[in-house]
Amino acid sequence: MTGVTGRAAQPGWLIPALASTGTIAGRNLRRLARVPTLLVLATLQPVLFVLLFTYAFGGAIHVPGVAHYIDYLLPGIIVLAIGFGASQTGVAIAEDLSTGMIDRFRSLPIASGAVLAGRVTADALRNLFVTVLMIAVAAAVGFRFHAGPDAALAAIGFAVATGVAFSWLNLLLGLAVRDPESAGLAGLFPVIILFFTSSTLVPVATMPGWLQAFAKANPITVLTGVLRALCLGGPTARPAIEATAWLVGLLAVTIPAATVRYRDLS
Amino acid sequence: MADAAIVAEGLVKRFGPVAALDGVDLELPAGGVLGLLGPNGAGKTTLVRILATLLRPDRGRARVAGFDIAENPAAVRRLIGLSGQYAAVDPFLTGRENLVMIGRLSGLSRRGARRRAGELIDQLGLAGAAGRLVRTYSGGMRRRLDVAASLLAAPPVLFLDEPTTGLDPRGRLELWQVLGQLAAGGASVLLTTQYIEEAERLAGTIVIIGHGTVIASGAPDQLKAQAGGDRLELQTPPGQDPRQLAGAVAGLGTAQPAVDEASGRVVLPVADGAGILPAVAGRLAGAGLHVSTLALRGPSLEEAFLALTSQPVHPTGSPQ
Repeated sequence: MTGVTGRAAQPGWLIPALASTGTIAGRNLRRLARVPTLLVLATLQPVLFVLLFTYAFGGAIHVPGVAHYIDYLLPGIIVLAIGFGASQTGVAIAEDLSTGMIDRFRSLPIASGAVLAGRVTADALRNLFVTVLMIAVAAAVGFRFHAGPDAALAAIGFAVATGVAFSWLNLLLGLAVRDPESAGLAGLFPVIILFFTSSTLVPVATMPGWLQAFAKANPITVLTGVLRALCLGGPTARPAIEATAWLVGLLAVTIPAATVRYRDLS
Repeated sequence: MADAAIVAEGLVKRFGPVAALDGVDLELPAGGVLGLLGPNGAGKTTLVRILATLLRPDRGRARVAGFDIAENPAAVRRLIGLSGQYAAVDPFLTGRENLVMIGRLSGLSRRGARRRAGELIDQLGLAGAAGRLVRTYSGGMRRRLDVAASLLAAPPVLFLDEPTTGLDPRGRLELWQVLGQLAAGGASVLLTTQYIEEAERLAGTIVIIGHGTVIASGAPDQLKAQAGGDRLELQTPPGQDPRQLAGAVAGLGTAQPAVDEASGRVVLPVADGAGILPAVAGRLAGAGLHVSTLALRGPSLEEAFLALTSQPVHPTGSPQ
C-alpha cells in the first residue's frame, strides 16, 4: 500500500477542479447513452414533441403573422423538451445520494462544486444535441430560420443557456428533497404549470386578461420569446435582455445555493 | 507514518433527541486493523462518516492520518479510502470505467488511473467482468469493486463499513481473503461489522460499541474471554427432554447451561472448549443420553453483549 503510483501534480486548484468536472461529465455522458429513460428523453421525446405538436395542434391554430405554425411552435417546444429533460438531473443527483455515490465523491479530494458542474456540463452537451435534433426534424416538416445564420446560432446558444439554468435548479431541488421520485415531480411540476400558462402553444394576447400578466412574466414565455425572435426575425434586443435577466437571476440563486447545500450534506 | 492512523476523543453526534455517538474514544495504530463491532443502530456508520469527513461531530475531535478532521478535511480526504455500507459504484458504467473514474478523481493521471485500475481488477479477481456493466454483477462482485474503488489512490487509511453485509458465504470468504491481503500489505484499516467471527478473523483490536458508547475493547482473545469464552452447543434428539441434557452437563462450563426448549438446544459456556469434550461425553454416556449434534463455537454478538454489559443487544429484547 505504499508508493502511490502516478499521482498527478497539483498545479493550484483550478486545473484539478476542471479535470474532476470533466471526469464527472464523462460519467454522465456515458450514462446518457446507457440508461434507457435518459436515452429516450434525449432522442425520442424531442422528435415526438415536434411531430405531435405540429400535427395535433398545427391544423387548428393559426397565429397571426406566421405562415407556418411550426415556425412559431419550435422555439417553445425546444424550451419544453429542455425543461422536461432537466428533471432527470434532479432525479440523478437524488439517486446518487441514496446509493452512496455522493458519499464516495465527498470522501475524495475534489472541489465541492465539481460533481455538480460536471453534471451541468454533460446536460449542456445533451441539450445542444437535443436542440439540433429538434431543429433537424422540424426542418423536415417545414421549419425555416427567417433571421439568418447568426441569429440561428444565437437561438441555439440561448437554448443551451436555458438548459444550464434548469440543470442548476434541478440539482438544487434534488439535493433538497433527496428522494429520486420526489425530485422528478418537483422538477416536472413547475415546468408543466409554466408551460400551459406561457406563449409556447398560443400567443399571450389570446388569453384572458388576468392570465396575461402572469403569462408575460412567465420565464417559459420569456425564454421562448427570445428564441422565437431569433428564429422568426423582428426586434431581438428586448427579448434578449429579458431572457438574460431571467437566466442570470436563476443562476445567481441556484449555483451558490446548490453548491453550499452539496458541501454541507450530512 | 509515526502518527497513529486514527485518534478520536470524545466524539458526540446527536440526531434530534437520539445520541448516535455519546462520547466515543478510539485509537488505531498505523498499520493496524481495528474491528468496530456492534449491532444495527450502535453508531458504527455515524462514527465512520465522521472520521471520513462526511459528517461533522457535535463535540469531540479526531485526527486521521495525522490531520484534524475538522481543521483540514481536504488533507484527510487525500489519505483515506472509504467503502460505505452500500456498494457505491455506478451500475451503468463497467467495472473498469468505475475504477478509472475514481482514480482520476483521486488525483491520478489518466495513465496512472488506468494502470492502477488494471492492478486492482486483477487483485480483486474481477478480470473476467471488468468490461461488463456493473448492473450485471452479483452482490459479491459489486462489493469487491467497491472495495477496489476505495483503494485507487493506495490510501494509508481505509474505512470499510460492513463490507460483507448482504453477501452469501462464498462472497464473504472471497472478500475476507482480499481484506486479509490488504492488512498484510500495511494499510491501516477500520472495519465495521456485526459479526464477531469477522472481527476476530481480520482485526488485531476489537472495539465493541452499543448505543453510541464503547462497551469493551481489546485483542480478540481477551474480549472473547471477557465474553465468557466459547460455547458448546448440544442439540437434543426428538423425544428427549433438553432439560435432562442440561442437567447432565451442568457444572462443566463456566456458567449454567442455557436451554431453549422450543428448539431443544442446550448452550454451555466453556473456557477450554476442546479440553472439555471427553468430560461431556462421559456425562452423557453415564446418564444414557444422546445428542443429535454437538458443536463448539465462539460467542455470538448477542451473547457477548449479554456477558459484557448484562444487557441485551436491543433494549426491547427483540434481536433482529
